[in-house]
Amino acid sequence: MARAVTRNARIGWTIAAWAVALLIFFPILYTIITSLKSEQEAIAGFDLIPSFTLESYQTVQSQNNYWRPFMNSVILSVGSTLLALVVAIPAAWAMAFSPTKRTKDILMWMLSTKMMPAVAVLVPIYLIFLRTGLMDTRIGLTILLMLINLPIVVWMLYTYFREIPGEILEAARMDGASLRDEILYVLTPMAIPGIASTLLLNIILAWNEAFWTIQLTTTKAAPLSAFIASFSSPQGLFWAKLSAASVMAIAPILVLGWFSQKQLVRGLTFGAVK
Amino acid sequence: MGQITLQGVAKRFGEVEVIPPLDLTIEDGEFVVFVGPSGCGKSTLLRLIAGLEDVSGGRILIDGKDATDASPAKRGLAMVFQSYALYPHMSVRKNIAFPMKMAGMPKPEQDRRIEAAAKALNLTSYLDRRPGQLSGGQRQRVAIGRAIVREPSAFLFDEPLSNLDAALRVGMRLEISELHNRLKTTMIYVTHDQVEAMTMADKIVVLQAGRIEQVGSPLDLYHAPKNVFVAGFIGSPRMNLFTGAVAADYGAQTIGVRPEHIRISATTGKWQGRVGVSEHLGSDSFFYVEGTGLAETVTVRSGGEVGLRHGDTVWLTPDEGKIHKFDTNGDRI
Amino acid sequence: MATRQTQGLARLMRAPAIILLFVWMIVPLCMTLYYSFLNYNMLNPGMTSWAGWFNYQYFYTDPAFLESIRNTLVLVLGVLFITVVGGTFIAMLIDKPIWGQGIVRILVISPFFVMPPVAALIWKNMIMHPSYGVLADVARFFGVQPVDWFAQYPLTSIILIVAWQWLPFATLILLTSLQSLDTEQMEAAEMDGAPAYSRFFYLVLPHMARAITVVILIQTIFLLGIYAEILVTTNGGPGTASTNLTFLIYRAARLNFDIGGAAAGGIIAVILANLVAIFLMRAVGRNLD
Ligand SMILES: Nc1ncnc2c1ncn2[C@@H]1O[C@H](COP(=O)(O)OP(=O)(O)OP(=O)(O)O)[C@@H](O)[C@H]1O
Ligand SMILES: [Mg+2]
Repeated sequence: MARAVTRNARIGWTIAAWAVALLIFFPILYTIITSLKSEQEAIAGFDLIPSFTLESYQTVQSQNNYWRPFMNSVILSVGSTLLALVVAIPAAWAMAFSPTKRTKDILMWMLSTKMMPAVAVLVPIYLIFLRTGLMDTRIGLTILLMLINLPIVVWMLYTYFREIPGEILEAARMDGASLRDEILYVLTPMAIPGIASTLLLNIILAWNEAFWTIQLTTTKAAPLSAFIASFSSPQGLFWAKLSAASVMAIAPILVLGWFSQKQLVRGLTFGAVK
Repeated sequence: MGQITLQGVAKRFGEVEVIPPLDLTIEDGEFVVFVGPSGCGKSTLLRLIAGLEDVSGGRILIDGKDATDASPAKRGLAMVFQSYALYPHMSVRKNIAFPMKMAGMPKPEQDRRIEAAAKALNLTSYLDRRPGQLSGGQRQRVAIGRAIVREPSAFLFDEPLSNLDAALRVGMRLEISELHNRLKTTMIYVTHDQVEAMTMADKIVVLQAGRIEQVGSPLDLYHAPKNVFVAGFIGSPRMNLFTGAVAADYGAQTIGVRPEHIRISATTGKWQGRVGVSEHLGSDSFFYVEGTGLAETVTVRSGGEVGLRHGDTVWLTPDEGKIHKFDTNGDRI
Repeated sequence: MATRQTQGLARLMRAPAIILLFVWMIVPLCMTLYYSFLNYNMLNPGMTSWAGWFNYQYFYTDPAFLESIRNTLVLVLGVLFITVVGGTFIAMLIDKPIWGQGIVRILVISPFFVMPPVAALIWKNMIMHPSYGVLADVARFFGVQPVDWFAQYPLTSIILIVAWQWLPFATLILLTSLQSLDTEQMEAAEMDGAPAYSRFFYLVLPHMARAITVVILIQTIFLLGIYAEILVTTNGGPGTASTNLTFLIYRAARLNFDIGGAAAGGIIAVILANLVAIFLMRAVGRNLD
């Protein structure tokens, strides 16, 4: 039975929903608009129509050495996620298809590591990084971000793998596939959608991580989150340029995020809400 | 070659003994059917043979060689699963090619075998489809295709037809029988459909709670069930089993008479009763006769059309030569 | 599915993930625990000595500590209130038959993908800045004195920013839950003449209870660790008016170089987080089978 909705009610709901949506989106929208203004325009008061100049983008890229943190962000987020997948795919395979009595406990325990507040281990991690020379290096931060997101990666993969019938893997085993063949030719291709959404969500989480990246980098390995945080006082970077830098920092991940809406729910609730 | 010997094979899941030690020999080229009620361990036994589960005791010999600890891939057996277990991300061609690819067979040989299998199984025009775009019967044929291209020493089937509708099931049953006639390869086939068992098998293995109750040809089992369980399990409709005074008359604890071995008459006979439900199939009629004092209902099968109605008083007469007698242990006398 | 061979392989496949996480969890935590009993200042590493419970006592008697606990709770509860109530309403609004639902959804979830420092900077400069922010423009339009948000209402301002970031998360999860509501059940209730508000309280809300629980618990975990937003906007001030526990520990460790004190604070944070975690694990664990 289709719900009979009057046209007027529908128009009313639509207007209300759009109003709320635009209000929520407004800070982002206004930042985008400001980034397209000149500095004088930017502080000249409220105005939704910019002069569409790309001057701020050019300045940010040339003066503030924008590409280095950008590349760091890409390397850290993609690198840590791929690393996590390499460790997590076999683990999730084992837990989904060869469960033992303790599998559930192990999963819960993994989840619990995610609950440890970062600040609780700030002191030792900071000291370890200082003493081992990992401070402000991409490799150190990549490993750290991998560890932080590993539980989510294992969990997401586990929930996806569990939807694959075990008989298909057994069929592969009967067909003469080794474990490597089984994971490479059968499990992974079948789980591609799940792996892709895991990848996507974790790139987003790693990209936006802003505690460890700020604590453990200064310049060389600083990704965008740490780079942007250093503009906490607007001296040296005025409104339009700050907006341009912000837009460049969030644009790639915003687009990725739009594609991963569905997986977001599943990933962040550890499968508790689908 | 495909001779499979089980010596004292047993299986426990934790504390639960699903299969107590059992011995069984399956000869090369035989079509063997495992039947038994749900949960009796048919699939488990098949998976032990396949190597998908470890035995808890005993040995499995394939062609005389100990294969107990060999991995599934090394045993040279092929399996067709109830859910077909096709690789959903591969085309039909790739599905069929997969075992050959794993075996590292040269490409031209692969193609030759794929063509041959597709032709035999009527799949030629579907080779480039994905399993998701096929009907249940076609999927089942792909699964069989994937099994035959490896030229295994034996095929294992786990209820391959139970996901198909009745008409298709009869068709596929014939196809599998034909395949067996053509290839003459050993086949082990699990089902709980006794029509499949009776029509396809060279040899039936009746299982109950993991124990082998009887091994024999379909007609052996029909004519000479070794015990009450087999008597009741093989044959459709079920054999009538009577205990008490009637059985004692025959010097037995239990006697059994198949519905087709009882004559029904409106006038004379040995046991009196009343017609309850009756089913008329045209070729046959089944009467469920009540109030005989022998059992709750007695099933009678009668050829052609018989003019008996619900509530009519009838007399039943067993064919004395076809009465099965069982002792207190339930074993055949 | 379980031969000795596959089980052995499975153990091997599980091991790296488990060992990595175990080391990651246990080693630093033990170090924190150890440091928390030391007098250890990075400015004066030669003077390191055993401190007993001193760091904990010091933390406990420090007025900033109590304030930071208060601020942490206000921050968490404030954000939870806004996001759960707001998220429920927005989710119900989006669930209505509206035109352009896909785009509305995208607009609403966008703030979640904005990294915390950027979110804080946008709000600090574009929206809440006392002279150039949009809110100041609005105030001037109405002829009112613009508010200096971060000086006058530091904690409230941070709550607003964080709520803006997490509102999409709550909305999205509540929307997912709402969309799995059985429409036939709703229609049956409608046919029975149940008015809209009683349908909401007796059918919709109980159905969403689980999702709301999950939202509250997961957000709490993240909200206890709010850091970048404070660093970028108020830097914890004025005074300690917007310092939460995370920020207080960060200050002790990185600005005062008081390793022992920061470690003691870290242990307190662990205890706090664990209280929440226990509930979360129960809620999630029940869904495993
Ligand atoms: N992995 C397992 N762990 C524990 N018990 C199991 C396992 N697999 C099967 N069993 C038990 O072993 C018994 C036999 O199961 P099996 O699947 O072999 O039965 P089946 O004869 O194939 O039944 P069906 O006709 O329903 O398929 C059942 O009681 C089942 O519960
Ligand atoms: Mg079975």
